[in-house]
Amino acid sequence: MEPFTVHSSRVAPLDRHDVDTDQILPKQFLKRIERSGFGEFLFWDWREDEGYHLHSERFRDAEILVTGRNFGCGSSREHAPWALQDHGYRAIIAVSFADIFRNNCTKIGILPIELPEHEVRALIDAAHAHGEATITIDLPEQVVHTHDGRRIEFLVDEAVKLRLLNGWDDISLTLDDEALIDRFEREREREGPSTSWLLND
Amino acid sequence: MSTRTMFQKIWDTREVRPARDGHPALLFIDLHLVHEVTSAQAFEGLRLAGRGVRRPDRTLATVDHNVPTRDRSAGIADQLSARQVAALERNAGEFGIPLFSLSSRRQGIVHVIGPELGLSQPGMTIVCGDSHTSTHGAFGALAFGIGTSEVEHVLATQTLPQARPRTMRITIDGDLGLGVTAKDLILGAIGQLGVDGGVGHAVEFAGSAIRALSMEGRMTVCNMTIEGGGRAGMIAPDDTTFEYIEGRPGAPKDYAAAVEGWRRLPSDDGALFDREEAVDATALAPQVTWGTNPGMVAPITGRVPDPEDFEEEGRRESTRRALEYMGLRGGEAVEDIAIDTVFLGSCTNARIEDLRAAAAIVEGRRVASTVRAMVVPGSMRVKARAEEEGLDEVFRRAGFEWRDAGCSMCLAMNDDILQPGERCASTSNRNFEGRQGKGGRTHLLSPPMAAAAAIAGHLVDVRSLDFDLDPA
Ligand code: SF4
Repeated sequence: MEPFTVHSSRVAPLDRHDVDTDQILPKQFLKRIERSGFGEFLFWDWREDEGYHLHSERFRDAEILVTGRNFGCGSSREHAPWALQDHGYRAIIAVSFADIFRNNCTKIGILPIELPEHEVRALIDAAHAHGEATITIDLPEQVVHTHDGRRIEFLVDEAVKLRLLNGWDDISLTLDDEALIDRFEREREREGPSTSWLLND
Repeated sequence: MSTRTMFQKIWDTREVRPARDGHPALLFIDLHLVHEVTSAQAFEGLRLAGRGVRRPDRTLATVDHNVPTRDRSAGIADQLSARQVAALERNAGEFGIPLFSLSSRRQGIVHVIGPELGLSQPGMTIVCGDSHTSTHGAFGALAFGIGTSEVEHVLATQTLPQARPRTMRITIDGDLGLGVTAKDLILGAIGQLGVDGGVGHAVEFAGSAIRALSMEGRMTVCNMTIEGGGRAGMIAPDDTTFEYIEGRPGAPKDYAAAVEGWRRLPSDDGALFDREEAVDATALAPQVTWGTNPGMVAPITGRVPDPEDFEEEGRRESTRRALEYMGLRGGEAVEDIAIDTVFLGSCTNARIEDLRAAAAIVEGRRVASTVRAMVVPGSMRVKARAEEEGLDEVFRRAGFEWRDAGCSMCLAMNDDILQPGERCASTSNRNFEGRQGKGGRTHLLSPPMAAAAAIAGHLVDVRSLDFDLDPA
């Protein structure tokens, strides 16, 4: 995946809590078997809503999304982060994330950042007031630089940071330890249940 | 030896490699369940990298999300769905994975078939590209949903790198009242703790109310752990668990020895959890959601809240938005809400016990003329069993449609879909905007409550009617 180090961009504000993955990418688009092309369906059901503005001229090019609590709750569909990435988002700042969604983001190179509610509020307000202003996310330093020169530090899991900085692929990393998996299977694997008998059932 | 939680015991025995130098621990996966919607891109990734499936013998695939639940012999009309199912058939064939496709007598919702085959067992790690994988934790397993990148990872390596979640115990004591079910219990708990109350935690459910539940009830509770944000839900195995698994096709050959090992799994006395919560089951009435997430829930005897009831502006705003979407007024009595559709199905509540409980309410009655009602069994085995017991006749005579197994209107990826503004009493697990169809309005409730609503034509307290509440 593409590494994430330091990134500057405008900010797209999504002032809502508990946004679930059904909203991010509605299920009618889950039938595709391709990995790309989901961006055009992002937030599909909200596009007609008054007050929805993420696709407006002003915010369309933003690569950082800022939003409220519990972002990405609900279905585990990785199609939701795919759609966000395909639309152009590289990082998401939220008050908090749902676990599976956060995990899915880091697997494909989107950086999820949690900030306290008042900082998120300030970023959302600033995005509305000065839509053109950019912020910078510095992952090595774990700092967000706001458009008006403030520094906000954030926490990130060490393993996630390493992977994102280097753009590492998880499967290759694990296969480096294949001898350990072999050994686990030889010495410690529990017996069954095997599913093989169902092959010809 | 120090005291450990059940979660820790399972984790410790499944660690292929502990966390080190900034890399998370690597866990061995005992069972990997696969369905058509979240797997195609994972198999494609394997192919592109020239990798195989490491352990097809620990993998099982089924079709469920996309499939039609009637007129199956005609195949799948929707071209995209057909293509997705065909992709899974091709992938399973190519990589040697057992698959229950459309015509299999074992086909069903992925979280129903694992337990019903006896494949979900205590002490295991179980994953699936589906958030409701938490269901299998009811057996004292560590079971959680993963994304497609992780599906590919498990296919290739039979392991998963995992950061260790925190642990949380929710103790639910007290006796459930007549007409109050496991569904009401978990809805009540989510209402109390919030839709993000469990985020970052593996949740163990304990207490007398949990112990008293059947395996089906425990699966309902663990299934919806994810709606409270929990990474995994789990319940200590006991005789109820052992009796359920015994005799099923996947059960261990030396059953007594297996049970002996499983008895050592429950959390030790005095084991410490990062967080403890308590819920009182005694006071609980049947629950119904009124809003657009599972935490927006009220007792059937209650009223829809008014946005002004809340102090925090954020809550007021989300309540306003939810009421507008749901077409409800604050202060309305929940029982006054008329419904158009009843969906009895999903991996939360479409096992045989759920169908029996609903049939007991329906028996000898008629679905209201204004209501369309359907039963979608969780698996073809559940369907066959229900037919042996004559439940299909009970439902049909009352005016329910009797369908084949699948996810169906739980997420409306097939043609079982709500029209804009249509209001549904549903035994499923999510009431998000558009979940059952764009503009559709979902009220989550238990199977007996759904059955009662079908007959009354509106949400109704199953206890207040002259219903036979004890199906036994
Ligand atoms: S029944 Fe609903 S919740 Fe369960 S697996 Fe299917 S779509 Fe998901």
